Amino acid sequence: MRAGAAGPLRQWAIEHQIKVGDYLGAEDFVPVGQAHIMADTESLGLAGVEWLERWAALPRQQRLVRIPTITDPRGTDFAAAARLKQEPWMLDLERRAIAAFEALGVLMTDTCINYQTIMPPVRGEHCAYGDTGVVIYANSVCGARSNFEGGPSALSAAMTGRTPRYGYHLAPRRAATLVVELSWTPRELSDWGALGGIVGRLAGDYWQVPALTGVDHVPSSDEMKHFGAALASYGSVALFHMAGITPEAMRIDDVVAAALPKHGVGEADVRAFLKHYRATIDAIDVVVFAAPQLSLMEMQTLAAMLDGRRAGVPLFAVTSPQVKADADRMGLTARIEAAGGTVLSGMCFYQSYAREMAEANGWRRLATNSAKLTNILGGYGYQPALLSMQACVAAACAGGKLGP
Amino acid sequence: MTAAIFYAAAAMGRKVQAPALVASDGFSARYDLDRVRGVFSRPEHKLAGASYRDRVLVLDAAKGGVATAWMLYEMQARGIVPAALVLNRVNPIMVQGAALADFTMISGFAIDITRAIPAGALVEVDPTAARPFIRVVDARYLSS
Repeated sequence: MRAGAAGPLRQWAIEHQIKVGDYLGAEDFVPVGQAHIMADTESLGLAGVEWLERWAALPRQQRLVRIPTITDPRGTDFAAAARLKQEPWMLDLERRAIAAFEALGVLMTDTCINYQTIMPPVRGEHCAYGDTGVVIYANSVCGARSNFEGGPSALSAAMTGRTPRYGYHLAPRRAATLVVELSWTPRELSDWGALGGIVGRLAGDYWQVPALTGVDHVPSSDEMKHFGAALASYGSVALFHMAGITPEAMRIDDVVAAALPKHGVGEADVRAFLKHYRATIDAIDVVVFAAPQLSLMEMQTLAAMLDGRRAGVPLFAVTSPQVKADADRMGLTARIEAAGGTVLSGMCFYQSYAREMAEANGWRRLATNSAKLTNILGGYGYQPALLSMQACVAAACAGGKLGP
Repeated sequence: MTAAIFYAAAAMGRKVQAPALVASDGFSARYDLDRVRGVFSRPEHKLAGASYRDRVLVLDAAKGGVATAWMLYEMQARGIVPAALVLNRVNPIMVQGAALADFTMISGFAIDITRAIPAGALVEVDPTAARPFIRVVDARYLSS
């Protein structure tokens, strides 16, 4: 591959991997079973799309991926782009990126919840996953092994079938580096996200692995999803353990090898975290459920909350194309949209030109139950409030007025 | 003038010289930047409002999601990009992004690099040296 016999794309891919592996201390490569590419066009820009198109123009045998390769959410839902006031140039760029990925043999799953909907990895499986929420769930809940693989590196892994063996592909790296002792276990998804944010701030960087003790019930997949996504977002963390719950930490001693720093976290910490985001606003312009995309169960819960009510401000429920099809078939989409909501498919709010959407629609104050979304959108000019799903729905149905 | 020089554990890219923008805070292209205007835009960031164009960013740790892996390349293509990144701690995304964009980055120091480099100093970053380093060329560059 390095000599170019497999074509210039695989040559670039292996050189890229060697460069990254050298920087991060990898001694060799590890074969990977799946790749997942984050490549919305807001991130790619014109330069990134043109870069992809150059590879897509190669002869077929030189351009096709070697392992199952799927995609993270795109930058739009074409069916709702006008409703979101996205510009034609954004859609053109998306179409070009999609065409390029299809030419490379990538499956356009457009989802960040592939572990709930496509093919969850199994314990010990080495993967090259993009989207931090996917990586942390796969590592922690499934016991798979992946680093954060940005779009170029996930594409490289897809082309070579391997990835540099550093970080969380190595067993010693997977030991805990700090312990978080919980005196209270969340129930609401927004509380799980807030807890993820708190632990993320305590951890502080990619190489930290928190181990949680005191979790009083086995969290659901959606609870793990919101906790992990926020932990990855606030802390850049890629792996956590929960004593007695996650597969590598059936006993806390399995992951805690030495005296580690310990931190206590309780309900008051979670309430203070939530309050921080409520401090500056008493009304909202838009409600968004996204980041991660909603599971079928979240869609069902939302539909039930909206039955017989009417949203007075825009309310968006963002899910995967796989869940959307089921939600359509089971009538959940119709129930959400009968209440004035809009179900978006295959995109994620913050990956879809959030700044431009805010300016075009006059959205500034936003309510969500996603701590991850709350963390990201400040930089895009929004004032986010982190609330429970129920409180978000109540605010939407009160014309945007936030309750006490 | 000072001869202060700080060696890094890992490096990539080309030798650059530019004024330093320094903060004890993280870095994520998605979370922290308005990439059109070329400024830090997240209100909580210690460099909020500051232009990063052609500056050597001296920060604590790589943060946030995977988007930076593409965004450095896109920023480079438009010419609204920092001159280099100097970090106490990287994550893989920052390395992958720098590798794609052929961007200058060094990381891993014996001291907290954000406390060692004066804000506004003219610094030289040399990832090609046998021992990659950041060196203060003129500590009072932007204040003189």
